[in-house]
Amino acid sequence: MQIHKHDAIIIGAGGAGLMAALYASKGGADVAVVSKLYPTRSHTGTAQGGIGAALGNLDEDKPIYHTYDTVKGGDYLTDQHAAKILAENAVDAVIELEHMGLPFDRTSEKRISQRRFGGHTRNFGEELVRRACHAADRTGHMILQTLYQQCIKNEVSFFDEFQVVDMIVVDGVCAGVVAIELGTGEFHIFHGKASFFATGGWGRCWSVTSNAHSLTGDGAAIALRRGVPLEDMEFFQFHPTGIYRMGILITEGVRGEGGVLINSQGERFMERYAPSAKDLASRDVVSRAIYLETRAGRSIKNRGYVHLDVRPQTVNRYFAEEGRDQGDFINDATVERKLPDILDFCRTYLGVDPVKEPMPVQPTAHYAMGGIPTNVDAEVIIDAAGTVMPGAYAAGETACVSVHGANRLGTNSLVDLVVFGRRGGMKMAEYVKGADWVPLPDDAGQEIRAEFDRIRSGSGSSRPGELRAKMQETMMDNVGVFRTEDTLRQGIDDLAELRERFHRDLRIDDKALVFNTDLMEAWELGCLLDLADVTARAAIERKESRGAHSREDFKGRDDEHWMAHSLVLHDGRLDNPAYEVNFDKRVDLSLWEEEIAKGVPEERQKFRPIERVY
Amino acid sequence: MDVTFKIRRQNPDMPDRRKPYWQEFLLADVDPTDRVLEMLHRIKWEQDGTLSLRRSCAHGICGSDAMRINGVNRLACKVLVRDLGERIQIEPILGMPVIKDLIVDMEPFFEHYRRVMPYFVNDDPLPADGRERLQTQADRELFDDSTKCILCACCTTSCPSFWANGHYVGPAAIVQAHRFIFDTRDQAGQERLDILSEPNGVWRCRTIFNCTPACPRDIEVTKAIGEVKLAIRKRKTIGIIQPNVSH
Repeated sequence: MQIHKHDAIIIGAGGAGLMAALYASKGGADVAVVSKLYPTRSHTGTAQGGIGAALGNLDEDKPIYHTYDTVKGGDYLTDQHAAKILAENAVDAVIELEHMGLPFDRTSEKRISQRRFGGHTRNFGEELVRRACHAADRTGHMILQTLYQQCIKNEVSFFDEFQVVDMIVVDGVCAGVVAIELGTGEFHIFHGKASFFATGGWGRCWSVTSNAHSLTGDGAAIALRRGVPLEDMEFFQFHPTGIYRMGILITEGVRGEGGVLINSQGERFMERYAPSAKDLASRDVVSRAIYLETRAGRSIKNRGYVHLDVRPQTVNRYFAEEGRDQGDFINDATVERKLPDILDFCRTYLGVDPVKEPMPVQPTAHYAMGGIPTNVDAEVIIDAAGTVMPGAYAAGETACVSVHGANRLGTNSLVDLVVFGRRGGMKMAEYVKGADWVPLPDDAGQEIRAEFDRIRSGSGSSRPGELRAKMQETMMDNVGVFRTEDTLRQGIDDLAELRERFHRDLRIDDKALVFNTDLMEAWELGCLLDLADVTARAAIERKESRGAHSREDFKGRDDEHWMAHSLVLHDGRLDNPAYEVNFDKRVDLSLWEEEIAKGVPEERQKFRPIERVY
Repeated sequence: MDVTFKIRRQNPDMPDRRKPYWQEFLLADVDPTDRVLEMLHRIKWEQDGTLSLRRSCAHGICGSDAMRINGVNRLACKVLVRDLGERIQIEPILGMPVIKDLIVDMEPFFEHYRRVMPYFVNDDPLPADGRERLQTQADRELFDDSTKCILCACCTTSCPSFWANGHYVGPAAIVQAHRFIFDTRDQAGQERLDILSEPNGVWRCRTIFNCTPACPRDIEVTKAIGEVKLAIRKRKTIGIIQPNVSH
């Protein structure tokens, strides 16, 4: 096995990975980025609407308002000190992106343009605020491109199309990772003082998803199998507006520009569910509303979808009703200019022109709030007390800081990437200066090589494609937007059967070495099965409804018992693991505690967990 | 509907499959609105797991799945069966070494990309107020089209000048350079124009226009190349692109 030695190994080349790579290398570390995709293929590139930062370029805004919205949006499971750091650092991070050349749209004052987004408000919920900094509807694309460009400028080393399949942990310290070079099928060891997981989410556990095929949760699954617990896995966000049946994302920015959701009665139903924020309530609220409209027989043609209408005549009619300024009114050209990709998707895939017709949308599995637990410097922690695993870092969707709590606000994923990618990069640069090299064990990489040999030699009757489809179906039916003890039990049982077939009856056609995508997809399916299982197990234990986790048998939020993060531990056995779920990690309520300490009367406390109303 | 896929294949690991060959697959129950990528997945997942291709986002943003479909460069995830008919022929993009089936070696493409200084350069002190650099929306729009590029290589690998000479930087690299040359905040425009004035730079373009219809992002590639040529001839970057007055 070829061994590569670098101070810092970054796994994944999306926004979090590239940000970490840039800042670690600026801090003097020798960095290698190892990614299964060419960096510009990463899923950060599909983020559309914007990145939230309280720049105040168009409306009065402050980081503390952004903090409040993030905590409230997370249904008070958000760690408050982390949300504060997120919101404060967001301002600097966005300015730095502009300094790196990111082509944001501009205001008439030549500053970064901002738009409204769900759940983002001014003055603690008073009114919606323009906070999402945008580059048309391809903000993520521009972030990814800009960061990759800067990495080229800074001569960061890239190992493109190297897929990381295991981490090397020696006496509780992370000493690097094992990867497969896709072009040759050969195993490589990346020996590092620090390893940074930025491998993204696992939306491919569900059948209707906005996520790329490559979002198989590799980093989270690897960490889980090597003794890192996963945090808050029961919270998976369904974005309300995926293209009907395909799941392709239609940005919340459509509603930010005035678009509305309409049911089969022609009613703007969000007025009933969220009288103030309406269509721009948080995503969990809007997704549930669409399901409830469907159950009440008010989906379009009774097929489980509703209309998202951004036709100027519709938008302007509601603007007029709300007494909005004539200057806010939109026309066809506004929609074309601000939402070009959305128009392109609808025209290409649906033959629908959103300027003339409404778009058919349904909730789509979108974002993991949970993941590898970290502190605010992206260091991986392994227990409720916050014990750090030396040498291990994580940021972005694969990590759980937790800034998103039980439900992430729109734009905050991009904020998370840049803020914690940056903090983690800086922290690693500092760490590698003082840390010693941990010698590699003699058998490094042998265990995972044996696992790949097992998968490759699979000559049973279960194709990965069939198992994947069945997993996605049961996750959609049983571990989706609404859950009960029975559906979750069903999900766990179905997954057990699929896992059994995966480990005993797998069939792989491709036995070759070069670009064996059949083999890699099968291994990725194993990651998805583990993460699906952990999701269902955390979900069955949390007997309350909070944010994206909606239990029909436990309808209310129960702060008395459940103001805690779940941690799921795996015993390391690949084929038939035992799990332990605990809720020992309390939610950080430090901002509320400060208010109490300052003697702020209860009715004026902003960070006290209260029922969410939008 | 039933659709026959005829796919150009080769596999370096199998002695009898090292040379390119065609293989046909028949798919039943194809919906006209299915994406070609979904059909390739059906073939891979239901019939032959050895079929190899790159893909990721599946909606035309990541740029992984460029291939030659019925003789035209497309992203497999952005073309629907109804636009192609009942016989669909698929080959790897041309002009790059094929590694396996539809997977080509992308390194030469990215090497060209790296040559044009595809990154923002501005060594002036940052604004003293700690805020963003200023730019008018009109100036921002001058290079809007070229910011859409996803580096899929559809344009470069549809270009006969590139097929004839792999050292030519190709349309995609020029589009990437364009994105910075016409950004009023950038300071390395002249250096990029110098790079693109070299023999394998922009003058290899014979204005054949294959690149423009090949672009899945509807970038006016040939127009962008023309603007770079004009900037080289006039030795300036300001005033080359006329602002779009429609909005």
